[in-house]
Amino acid sequence: MSHISDKYEAVIGLEVHAQLATHSKLFCGDATTFGAAPNTQVSPITLGHPGTLPKTNKKAVEYAIKMGLACNCEIEQYNYFARKNYFYPDLPKGYQVSQHTTPICKGGYVTIKTGEETRNVQLNRIHLEEDAGKSIHDIDDQFTCVDYNRAGVPLIEIVTEPDLHSADEAYQYVTEVRRLVRWLNVCDGNMEEGSLRCDANVSIRLKGETKLGTKVEVKNLNSIRNVKKAIEYEIERMIALVEAGGTVKQQTRSFDAGNDTTFAIRDKEEANDYRYFAEPDLAPFHLSDTLISGIRESLPALPVALLAKYQTELGLSEYDAAQLCAEKETAHYYNQVLQHTQLYKAAANFINGPVKQYLNENKLGFEQFTVSPTQLAALLQLVEDGKVNFSVASSRILPAMIAAPEQDALQIATDMNLLQVSDTSELEQWVNIALESMPDKVTEYKKGKKGLIGLFVGEVKKLSKGKADPKLVTTLIQEKLK
Amino acid sequence: MEITDKAFDQLAHLSRLQFTDTEKEEIKGDLQRMIAFVEKLEEVDTTGVTPLLHMSSASNVWREDAVKGSVTREDALLNAADADGQFFKVPKVIKK
Repeated sequence: MSHISDKYEAVIGLEVHAQLATHSKLFCGDATTFGAAPNTQVSPITLGHPGTLPKTNKKAVEYAIKMGLACNCEIEQYNYFARKNYFYPDLPKGYQVSQHTTPICKGGYVTIKTGEETRNVQLNRIHLEEDAGKSIHDIDDQFTCVDYNRAGVPLIEIVTEPDLHSADEAYQYVTEVRRLVRWLNVCDGNMEEGSLRCDANVSIRLKGETKLGTKVEVKNLNSIRNVKKAIEYEIERMIALVEAGGTVKQQTRSFDAGNDTTFAIRDKEEANDYRYFAEPDLAPFHLSDTLISGIRESLPALPVALLAKYQTELGLSEYDAAQLCAEKETAHYYNQVLQHTQLYKAAANFINGPVKQYLNENKLGFEQFTVSPTQLAALLQLVEDGKVNFSVASSRILPAMIAAPEQDALQIATDMNLLQVSDTSELEQWVNIALESMPDKVTEYKKGKKGLIGLFVGEVKKLSKGKADPKLVTTLIQEKLK
Repeated sequence: MEITDKAFDQLAHLSRLQFTDTEKEEIKGDLQRMIAFVEKLEEVDTTGVTPLLHMSSASNVWREDAVKGSVTREDALLNAADADGQFFKVPKVIKK
């Protein structure tokens, strides 16, 4: 298949809907909590009762601007909402309030990395709109049941240009968008609960062709893995279809996670006619330069910037830097540790290593990590000064610090009798015992098998229960066996 | 602009409305007159005039992000054509 598929190029555009993490809805005060009992977070405005007046949630607008600035978009200063008219039971008013003509964020890009290549995926727009209610088809034989708790929850729709060319790029893109919304605290990024949803527009064309092929829209992609699988499947399906002499039909398809395939849910109907017009019930809004620059200044350092800073200013490897920037909480913690130590590399190793391991094993998030950045910095200093070794620090002292966050690292190490011994007379005793226990090896060493030094040091470490300073021990043994 | 049967049927479909033939003729006439009215307005030269999208001059009318104003589920379901105490019930949307 690979030689045939080499003839074709896939063209993919993604629409990501992100529910904004506001407490209340976009145009009224209903709560937005996920999982509430059906129809308990509804008001006459949500239900589209006559005579009700919507009012825009300022926080939602600010969140949209935040995301736009983080994606390098131009912010539209003059905004108004439009009605998108269509009938569906999950849409109580008979129209969705959206931004048709003036998306709040225009253009922009999201930087992704696939393999060695880093590039900017071009965005078309990010606009604000309200979510629809939820239809449930499987609890009643005769009827569809509708829950309007979700109706009116603020969404941003992040729309790319047809600028992605593989399932892998799409995977990286959605991963990056999810990291960004979480980084900015504008959306919890939870795809299983539907806070972040993705539709993919996929088409293929012969390489070198500039016209876009007929596209298929794939819906219901509720995990990043499924985004990738659905696109992989679609590309293969289309290539096979075209190779067999067929043509791609414009369709809406759905992903079946049961067998990793997609199936048609509808062919392109007669052109949709949404009869957009400006929403007369909502005042337009004008975003001042002051407001926009205020939000720009409030933005946290973004992952792309931190990634570069960690490598160029702190000398971390790309891998270590990427690990720290994978989640906002980790980077935030690392930044705090940096306030208390200059051991940049050691701090990165310790956070990416034992700390993450502990958190993963206990299924905890970084925000639940009880050891303060100051404390961790102190522990790293103990290792740096040779007072304890790395393995004792990570396997013995760290758990003790987690259990008793109010105690300091040195106190714990002293109390647990874990400080490395650098008193030469005590070390000499262990060295003597170790060497006496393996006279054959000592002879071999003396005959030139210098690699055996590791064995001797290891034996001393064992005798001392990890407390012997390995550097001193090595020197001592070398002296003794000269 | 003439309201053809095709245009009429399309509008009726988009509005999810159904009409008898008598009603259809009557409404077509009404629609025709409404369109003629708008066509009259179009005679005015509006070159260089910014479209008036909102009748009020108000702008930046914000709501703070606070939870309030919801009704009880019992009240919410009061006006439903059909409900089961928890959900609004509507005809099956998709066939499984």
